[in-house]
Amino acid sequence: MGTLNTLVAVCLGYVALLFVVAFWAEREAVRGRARWLRSPLVYTLSLSIYCTGWTFYGAVGFAARSGLEFLTIYIGPTLVMLGWWWGLRKLVRIGRTQRITSIADLVSSRYGKSPLLAVFVTLIAVAGTTPYIALQLQSVVLSFASFSDNVTQEAAQAAVNAGAVPGAVAFADHNATALWVAAGLALFTILFGTRNLGANERHHGVVMAIALEAVVKLFALLAVGAFVVWGLGGGVSATLERIDASPIGQWQSQDGRWAALIMLSAAAFLTLPRMFQVLVVENEDESHLRTAAWAFPTYLMLMSLFVVPIAVLGLDLMPQDANPDQFVLTIPLSQGREGLAMLSFIGGFSSATSMVIVASLALATMVSNHIVMPIWLRVAEGGAMISGDVRQVVLLSRRLSIGGVLGLGYLYFYLSGGGIALASIGLVSFAGVAQVLPALMGGVFWRGANRVGAIAGLSVGFIIWAYTLFLPSFGPDAVLSATIMENGLFGYSWLRPQALFGIAGLDPVVHSVLWSAAFNTGVFVLVSLLTFPQPLERLQGAQFVNVFQHTGNPQGWSGGIAQSEDLMVMAQRILGPREAQMLFQNAAAAQGLAGYLPDPTPEFLQLLEREMSGSVGAATAHAMVSQIMGRATVSVEDLLAVADETAQMMEHQSQLEAKSAELTRTARQLRAANDKLTQLSVQKDAFLSQISHELRTPMTSIRSFSEILRDGEGLEQEQLSKYANIIHQEAIRLTRLLDDLLDLSVLENGQVSLNVQSGSLQALIDHALASTGVEAKGLRIHTRGLELDLMLETDLDRLSQVFINLIANAHKYCDAPRPALTIRAAQRDNHLVLDFTDNGSGVPRDKQDLIFEKFARVSDQKAGGAGLGLAICREIMARLGGAITYLPGQGGASFRVTLPMRMRQAAE
Amino acid sequence: MRKASPLFLERRSYRLRRLVDAARLLPFLGALLFAVPMLWPQGEDGAILSSNAIFYIFGVWVLLVVVTLVLSLFLEDTTNVEREAQPPVSPVPTLDTQEPPSHGGEA
Repeated sequence: MGTLNTLVAVCLGYVALLFVVAFWAEREAVRGRARWLRSPLVYTLSLSIYCTGWTFYGAVGFAARSGLEFLTIYIGPTLVMLGWWWGLRKLVRIGRTQRITSIADLVSSRYGKSPLLAVFVTLIAVAGTTPYIALQLQSVVLSFASFSDNVTQEAAQAAVNAGAVPGAVAFADHNATALWVAAGLALFTILFGTRNLGANERHHGVVMAIALEAVVKLFALLAVGAFVVWGLGGGVSATLERIDASPIGQWQSQDGRWAALIMLSAAAFLTLPRMFQVLVVENEDESHLRTAAWAFPTYLMLMSLFVVPIAVLGLDLMPQDANPDQFVLTIPLSQGREGLAMLSFIGGFSSATSMVIVASLALATMVSNHIVMPIWLRVAEGGAMISGDVRQVVLLSRRLSIGGVLGLGYLYFYLSGGGIALASIGLVSFAGVAQVLPALMGGVFWRGANRVGAIAGLSVGFIIWAYTLFLPSFGPDAVLSATIMENGLFGYSWLRPQALFGIAGLDPVVHSVLWSAAFNTGVFVLVSLLTFPQPLERLQGAQFVNVFQHTGNPQGWSGGIAQSEDLMVMAQRILGPREAQMLFQNAAAAQGLAGYLPDPTPEFLQLLEREMSGSVGAATAHAMVSQIMGRATVSVEDLLAVADETAQMMEHQSQLEAKSAELTRTARQLRAANDKLTQLSVQKDAFLSQISHELRTPMTSIRSFSEILRDGEGLEQEQLSKYANIIHQEAIRLTRLLDDLLDLSVLENGQVSLNVQSGSLQALIDHALASTGVEAKGLRIHTRGLELDLMLETDLDRLSQVFINLIANAHKYCDAPRPALTIRAAQRDNHLVLDFTDNGSGVPRDKQDLIFEKFARVSDQKAGGAGLGLAICREIMARLGGAITYLPGQGGASFRVTLPMRMRQAAE
Repeated sequence: MRKASPLFLERRSYRLRRLVDAARLLPFLGALLFAVPMLWPQGEDGAILSSNAIFYIFGVWVLLVVVTLVLSLFLEDTTNVEREAQPPVSPVPTLDTQEPPSHGGEA
């Protein structure tokens, strides 16, 4: 019994080492020195839980039975890793941004956080993984058995001699071993897998331990391989010759198993709960994928490098009835290499344990999150309000789930009796979890994928898998009766489990994968196309499919202060920097802290939420705060509330916009009116001062000359007459000024009565020219268009007054050496257009606006009038329904008079 | 919503994008090469010897690993490649960017 005791001691020692490593890694992580613990190398090594006890022992058996076909199990994952830029990168990004905890969580999140889907995926995972855990237990038990064969043979012989059944002894022994292993693993997983409830479900201790196990199992397999090739085979070339001469010396693969198994293992690599756990959930940094993309295929290649030599040498050297699954162990044993055998045993043991640990952890998370907790929350209604309470419940439920999962595995092992070849259970398991793949990939790459489609596809795939592969795997008459296997369900031959639709002769695995994958995908796509998703599904779908557009590489989860900082950043954007800083500072002061960052206590969050809801609405504020705090879920109701608020706000906003536009318009009008009033006031002042000035000048001379006449005793007649004449002229000027003013006032007030008559333009111009008499004074007149003899119907006297004024102005102001005035008449659209253009220097640009104002004079030197002429003209033309404007750019002063040919009385 | 990426890129960015293309195509090349054994003849006459098969499969394996290794060295900062083609992420956290999944009872 010495060897066996050593074996147990080594096992316990190894497990103790794992405990120490995991414990140390956890402590380092707590101290914040986890950086190198989470290097790309550790990530790559942690992926090696893909290589389980099945790989370690079973690959050799697989190779011994079917040659190189075992490589498919490694080629599939290799291809997935090579394609990391397509799939894994996206999955990892989604996992990190959405805080995904398991594959069931991912699928359910994607399809609108459907609890039903989560439960469904969890059940598939449990159904697919339980046999796998049983397989690991079996591999450990078998390796124990192989090792202790020499010892137990004698004991068994003694027992048989005593009348016992040989198998029973061995079997009882096996069960005890399996039970101990299961219990030990449950303990380890509970200790390091449920230490705390992290926001991100990462387990430093567990990952570190499985990284160590990865090294151990690779080293063990390479050591055995090297021993076989160089120690027994006689070098590389000699071994290759032996391989070619062996029963598996020729390439063989049947029924497309090669392609089907590559695809199956690739699918399983993505969907196995434990692989998802290490690939996505435990991923620390997206860039680790870049390293793993080449490092993990290398690892797989090394793991499979010596499998064929070991298998061939085993077939050569070992007895006929030896179990090929145990060659890795039995070859060194048969050669008397106890040490190497021990190493090999540890390698297999570590393969099995690491898989069981991670698988049970992943499954327990799923079971507890999606099955136990919802039930508990429903049962203990109201109890969920107490937060500390729930954390303990979650941990407890995780621990119980781990126990339950391992218990199920043990039960499966106990019931199946450990009689099935390792590889076949592995493939059955793979095919089961691979049913999740269409829903997973569809959800990640296709926005149209929806919940109903996913549920339908999964159900169909799961049923076909169970009917064609899982249930038959228990053997005939175990679950499905031999009759059904032979004749099909209800006697329909096209429903035979291993020959659906009459297609017989296929390999059972290929057959099952083919039909389940085809129906799963087909139903999933078809139902997705035909049904309509809920709002939350569409929202989640967009986020999953377009994950790279929404996010950068997110940083690791950070503690309280960082959250406060995030909150501050957000609050500043919404409330404004000063207000937000004041709010935060006050809150920090209230908590007895200095600075700007208070602890994110519920009170403070409530306060902040309230403050922000003033700006963005309550629902949005709540969603924003909970988003940063990473806690509450956003329900459809929340989203609808947000949508409602947004709609209301938008409506409100558009109303505001309309009002503000109206206000702007009014303001503009008011400003214009104000400007005008100011201008008028200025004009009035100017007018008053101007008019007093204009009245004062003649009045002054009249007063002084009349004083002279009154006081001057000895004035001569000539002087008297001269002075009286001056007084008379000034009086006339005064009168004229007053007449003009009166005229203007009457015109401006619209009190003028127009005397509409008919007359020809020609006659009107001639009359104006004659009455000014300018031609005699040296102004040459050119007329064009007058020969048309246009007839006008308007107030001819007033119009004549305008003409006279313009002609007189031309005479007065034209500064050309030979002054000339061109009068050009034309008819446009029932309007008369009359231009008076002289050949002088014109009106300076800055004065052009002013000349029609009262008392405006362009130059003072020729101040002949009061400056009312053009103002009166403008008023007259307005009364006549026309206009007078200054026409620039005509080579001199040019005034354009426009008026209707027939004056409309209505304009009055 | 998504801004059109510029038509012409810097030489370096252009190289990076082509490297990404290569990384994307690699699994298809791998699948093709690993599918070749299905074409090999089987049976008594003219069957491929296991040693040759091992050489071929492991040769392809090594080749793929080496190419991936080289690509991963050149793809040091892959995120920059995407950034260029994307509008900056909206600074105000909007509701639809992230939300945590529901954990059974972590409320």
